Amino acid sequence: MSLYASRRGANAMATTLCWVAAVFGLSWLLLILGSLVYEGVRGLSPAVFTEMTPPPGSKGGLLNAIAGSLVMTSIGVAIGTPLGMLAGTYMAEYGRYSKLTMIVRFINDILLSAPSIVIGLFVYEILVHPMGHFSAISGAVALALLVVPVVVRTTEDMLLLVPGSMREAASALGAPRAHVVGKVAYRAAKAGLITGVLLAVARVSGETAPLLFTALNNQFWSSDLTAPMASLPVVIFQFALSPYKDWQQLAWTGALLITVAVLALSIAARALSAGRRNSK
Amino acid sequence: MLSIEPSRRELNGAGDVSDVALEQQASRSDIMDRTRVLARIALVDRVFHQMTRAAAVVVLIILGGVIVSLVHGSWPAMQAYGFGFLTSQAWNPVTENFGAAAAIYGTLVTSIIAMAIAVPVGLGVATFLTELCPYALRRPIGVAIELLAGIPSIIYGIWGLFVLAPFLQSHVQPALISAFGDIPFFSSLFAGPPYGIGVLTAGFILAIMVLPFIASISRDVFETVPPVLKEAAWGIGATTWEVMRYVVVPYTRVGVIGGMMLGLGRALGETMAVTFVIGNAHRISSSLLAPGTTISATIANEFTEAVGDLYTSALIELGLILFVITFFVLALARYMLMRIEQKSA
Amino acid sequence: MNAAAQIAQVKAPLTKVSMRNLDFFYGETRSLKDVTMPLYANKVTSFIGPSGCGKSTLLRVLNRMYDLYPGQRAEGEVLLDGENILDPAVDINALRSRIGMVFQKPTPFPMSIYENIAFGIRLYEKLPRADMDARVEGALRGAALWDEVKDKLQTSGLGLSGGQQQRLCIARSVAVQPEIILFDEPCSALDPISTAKVEELIDELASRYTIAIVTHNMQQAVRVSDYTAFMYLGELVEFGETDDVFNKPQAKRTLDYITGRFG
Repeated sequence: MSLYASRRGANAMATTLCWVAAVFGLSWLLLILGSLVYEGVRGLSPAVFTEMTPPPGSKGGLLNAIAGSLVMTSIGVAIGTPLGMLAGTYMAEYGRYSKLTMIVRFINDILLSAPSIVIGLFVYEILVHPMGHFSAISGAVALALLVVPVVVRTTEDMLLLVPGSMREAASALGAPRAHVVGKVAYRAAKAGLITGVLLAVARVSGETAPLLFTALNNQFWSSDLTAPMASLPVVIFQFALSPYKDWQQLAWTGALLITVAVLALSIAARALSAGRRNSK
Repeated sequence: MLSIEPSRRELNGAGDVSDVALEQQASRSDIMDRTRVLARIALVDRVFHQMTRAAAVVVLIILGGVIVSLVHGSWPAMQAYGFGFLTSQAWNPVTENFGAAAAIYGTLVTSIIAMAIAVPVGLGVATFLTELCPYALRRPIGVAIELLAGIPSIIYGIWGLFVLAPFLQSHVQPALISAFGDIPFFSSLFAGPPYGIGVLTAGFILAIMVLPFIASISRDVFETVPPVLKEAAWGIGATTWEVMRYVVVPYTRVGVIGGMMLGLGRALGETMAVTFVIGNAHRISSSLLAPGTTISATIANEFTEAVGDLYTSALIELGLILFVITFFVLALARYMLMRIEQKSA
Repeated sequence: MNAAAQIAQVKAPLTKVSMRNLDFFYGETRSLKDVTMPLYANKVTSFIGPSGCGKSTLLRVLNRMYDLYPGQRAEGEVLLDGENILDPAVDINALRSRIGMVFQKPTPFPMSIYENIAFGIRLYEKLPRADMDARVEGALRGAALWDEVKDKLQTSGLGLSGGQQQRLCIARSVAVQPEIILFDEPCSALDPISTAKVEELIDELASRYTIAIVTHNMQQAVRVSDYTAFMYLGELVEFGETDDVFNKPQAKRTLDYITGRFG
């Protein structure tokens, strides 16, 4: 009986600790979201979306930073997605059993979680240094390099989920591999592939470190891709560390905007892949 | 649209078959130029094949490029400081005397603090989600945690700077200092004035950041345990704790450790969550409350302002060191996760 | 036995495919051993035997489906109208457009019913819209599916029932105008009514195509086929007219199998 009691005691203690851990962990995360919303909403006004980042001590908005983020993220995704999709296609289709695929899969997984600041250094070395100055395009390339591994991974995973019988059926009609992939496998995996791209966008839209010394920052509106360009994360970084209250407020608001955007993208990605599962 | 003749309904309608046959006979002539079509198709297929292959090779080139460019960029610093770079605490841009020891120390210590908090809590959350949580809440909480794992790290950083650091400074750190003030070892661990920012704060922020990540990976790994195994243990009267301890954890050990290592890789390489609250001081202090620096924070703070090739090169060498450390941690993590995937497949 | 087969007894059937000393390897494992047999033109040949006897493998050699996977290879000769299709120089896509295949589980593509049929046609032919419509209709009629789907051609093929999906797949194969159609246990995932429809269809298709069917179901072999091959452990044990194989088998192993003594 005493053994039984001690077993029950151990169990009660362990489960209590798990509850405590869950409450502890979740409350920090809620706390962060709570203060983010609280602080961020206070600074939310039309000016945020219509005015440029201000000099210290005056009012302003985040327009150039938002635009810069959109531009660089779009270019980054436009470069990174096709590259990642093609590589993922090779791994799941043409080269499924090849040694190259095994190596690429391993390397890609490393890239997937490699420190993004290192990617920034890499782009600095290959683009910024040779060009002699910071530029939006090098920022976009840095983001593209972060998009690639995400898209490679999801493309491969999603194509591997397409049943082999579907490929065999298409091949049996005399379809060459390019058609089997392009017209059948891609279509079967469509929702998953889009999910991957959305996740990649979510991943890079909050990235700060790789932009710090590639795109740098720009207090003004710029549409010149060869010149430095502002981005939300970098502006947040700069403004939050400043001693000026106006800037700090804008940093909070910018942080809220990014979080909302990232959450919206991730939720959309989830809804998409869940919808696909349900229709099956 | 197609025309439909209602008379052709029967499955065995003979008229049907011969009509179809006739139609097909007629269009056979189109097939004459199949050779040409085939040549075109084969070309498209070859081109597409080579494109995908080239893209796969580009992934390798990216990693190769990262390594080569980092080595190339840090070459001047390597020549100037040799291996002493790793052990020197110096960081003086004026005299161009640089060493990585303080940054490496800060990186390791903040990551250790982060893992010390995040691993037990993350495992607790994962256990909670797989065993204890009411069914109706499992999915919502699980999804919420996964979503939080995707929140950009700069958010954690700004929160740490404006909310956590002041709170620790005024409430927690004074208490720590007075509580451990008379106990040897701990007194030096928690010595000095409460700055708010510092190594401990950075480690704590990192912990909160990797927590959702570790929790969701562990949950996924726990769910690879075949239900029959758990049921067998339940069936002989094991408690929840015993099922976890003797069935789930042994079964998933490799995967859980892999997940931890992945979290560690994140913590080591994390920039923004740390940079805000670490204090950027290039020295190794015995106190966890003192400001310090990490590799990534040093690069983030100083790279754009670095003047002189040697300064830049030293920063790039820091990046190289960070890359090498994380490469090995991540490689090990992936290897372990690969093993559990094979096991569950 | 159907009428066509009876005429065939009078007039010797033409050989469409001739397998000679065919071996097949999965890596080191030899799963077909020295198979030599014909497939007669416009006849239905069924392959029976216990699981793993190599009957599905043999089917997958005929359209070189095994080429999709590494480590699988065939040796020997498979002559299609006198041409060895195992020759590496043979264009595999052209070969497969001549030899259709219907699989165990229905495999509609994730596209509309119309597009499912048009997919194969578009590979090799550029047809005006009206001609394409006619071809799609012809194929669906050929698979006895037209009346069921004519009002929903633009809806997804995945929305059909299992039996309809399988007939869609047959229609898809027919649309490419092959010379041979291979059926790999086409009814094993279907209910009895759908099975009956597919069997009727096979019977009907036999007047225009050379057909090979792998089946687990011996009654089905009796019902649909003119010739039967019994395989065991990768070897061809017996091949002959279906009636003969089932009524007076030559080999003891055949007799054991068809009387249910093993398998």
